[in-house]
Amino acid sequence: MVLVFVETENGKVRKAALEAVYYGYLTAQKLGTSCQALLLGNAEDATSIGLYGATLVHQNDSISFNFFDNQIYSAAIAQAAKKLEASVVILSHSSNGKSLIGNIAYLLDAGSVSAAIDIPETDKGFSVRKGVYSSKALVNIEINTPVRVVSVLGNSLQIRVVGANTEVQSISLDVLQPGIKVLSVDKLQSNVTPLPEAERVVSGGRGLKGPENWGIVEELADVLHATTACSRPVSDADWRPHHEHVGQTGIAIRPNLYIAIGISGAIQHLAGVNNSKTIVVINKDPEAPFFKSANYGVVGDLFEVVPKLTAAIKNLNA
Amino acid sequence: MKLLVCISKTPDTTAKIAFNGDNTKLETAGITFIMNPYDEWYALVKAIEIQEKWGGSVSVLHVGPSENDSIIRKALAIGATDAYRIDTEAVSADQVAFQMASFIQQHAFDIIFTGKETIDYNGAEVGGRMAAQLNFPFISFASHLEMVAENQAIVKRDMEGGTETIQVNTPFVVSAAKGMAEQRIPNMKGIMTAKSKPLNVVTPQEYSPKINIVSHELPPAKKAVQYIDPENMAELARLLREEAKVI
Ligand SMILES: Cc1cc2nc3c(=O)[nH]c(=O)nc-3n(C[C@H](O)[C@H](O)[C@H](O)COP(=O)(O)OP(=O)(O)OC[C@H]3O[C@@H](n4cnc5c(N)ncnc54)[C@H](O)[C@@H]3O)c2cc1C
Repeated sequence: MVLVFVETENGKVRKAALEAVYYGYLTAQKLGTSCQALLLGNAEDATSIGLYGATLVHQNDSISFNFFDNQIYSAAIAQAAKKLEASVVILSHSSNGKSLIGNIAYLLDAGSVSAAIDIPETDKGFSVRKGVYSSKALVNIEINTPVRVVSVLGNSLQIRVVGANTEVQSISLDVLQPGIKVLSVDKLQSNVTPLPEAERVVSGGRGLKGPENWGIVEELADVLHATTACSRPVSDADWRPHHEHVGQTGIAIRPNLYIAIGISGAIQHLAGVNNSKTIVVINKDPEAPFFKSANYGVVGDLFEVVPKLTAAIKNLNA
Repeated sequence: MKLLVCISKTPDTTAKIAFNGDNTKLETAGITFIMNPYDEWYALVKAIEIQEKWGGSVSVLHVGPSENDSIIRKALAIGATDAYRIDTEAVSADQVAFQMASFIQQHAFDIIFTGKETIDYNGAEVGGRMAAQLNFPFISFASHLEMVAENQAIVKRDMEGGTETIQVNTPFVVSAAKGMAEQRIPNMKGIMTAKSKPLNVVTPQEYSPKINIVSHELPPAKKAVQYIDPENMAELARLLREEAKVI
């Protein structure tokens, strides 16, 4: 059985979790087994997990899951995996998923691969593909333990409805005592898709000259329902918050659309965004290295080009 | 306070990546290796800052052969007190975490720092695996850490679109992200004293890795860029909808 841990946010199943479920479904199909889901806490849309391929949702709604305590979560997930005899455990490669994978894998005496981008190859053994060297290469890693733990990189596959609403069954677990105390959770804007999950990203670099000019970036992001990002010098200078920094030392993303505005395309920047499906580069310097990685390039002054692009997209949507 | 920083060796961020004959190993010719930036800039410097304020020591721990000693010496030059090198090739996250946690079990450390991930395998698994083996709390992607007492820290942790503030008692494992500290460049005095600081070699434990590398590939080459007239953004909008189908 393939067990998928589904993450929730504000009482709802996260998009990244549905991707993990669909990944789990495809993996289960390959292995000729079933895909089931584990929900810790509550989600009003829990039954819809079935749409993406889980045949059953196991839920434990202990209040201990109200806050993210890595030890409590990983112990509960490992315990459920043992109880349900899962041979594969799937997580989202989110900030919580990344925290959990090593811990869960250790508890299950399992080999693990994080940030998988493809369904496992199961013809011979069980091997998983992921990006390495900050997306400069890909690697196929074979897991050689009976139980395997895999986390799925956001936007790695297009989810499809393959099932129907499913039953939610309660599962009893021994929940640990907290080892930490969460004092506060500060969410910036809950209506914006977080960067790792965003399908469209509009990103600004030093070419924007200063934080006061970000209006044109935000307006473009608005009409595209995109999330904003930035290059490292921009967040270093505190023009934008740190969590917007993409690249080798920031977050690695793979949206369907990445629009780079006034970003030169240094190798360390590309490392975090090169896997985007479509890249648009807007830069006044025709020699900017980013053009080599772009699908569409606009050589021009961003202060003129970006508002025009925003207007054109508004027109298209009208 | 006894602080430990786990450091890893990675190719320089500008390294051109290629693989040898059967695509299982990185072609190392022409590559400069560095200390993983998260380990160096954030984990190590934060540990040194705590030691400067609260006293105690900062040890660094590395899994790898003696040819990696230059990276360890750099950590000592930046300000670590002493170093331990577990004398075996690092082959997988589970193996590295097992070797380090087994070492830590024989010593008493208050805080164990790692970088948030390495820039080669980008796994982010080592910290969690060690924490599980040690049965310590694990706080990942910490962008802020302040000791409020000898045995208690307040840590801010990055997550999608926000931060979490956490109170944790020692001992714990923490992975360091941007914001934790400011990069320090070793000075001449640091480089000189690093030479005489203890670098202890530790015998590895028996262990068989739980994964193996089947092959590497380079990503497929990208098609040439299509340039759009800056006066004609309607055309770009149309292409994004009709050709790329992304809006
Ligand atoms: C170890 C290491 C790790 C790093 N990690 C990262 C990382 O994770 N992410 C990252 O982004 N960087 C990273 N960097 C930094 C990276 O090398 C570059 O310095 C950085 O990406 C440059 O940011 P930028 O493109 O915004 O600025 P610049 O390189 O200064 O580029 C600005 C661009 O804007 C264009 N421009 C200026 N004015 C206009 C205008 N009016 N209209 C149109 N275009 C205009 C210019 O032509 C130029 O191409 C790292 C560096 C190192 C050494």
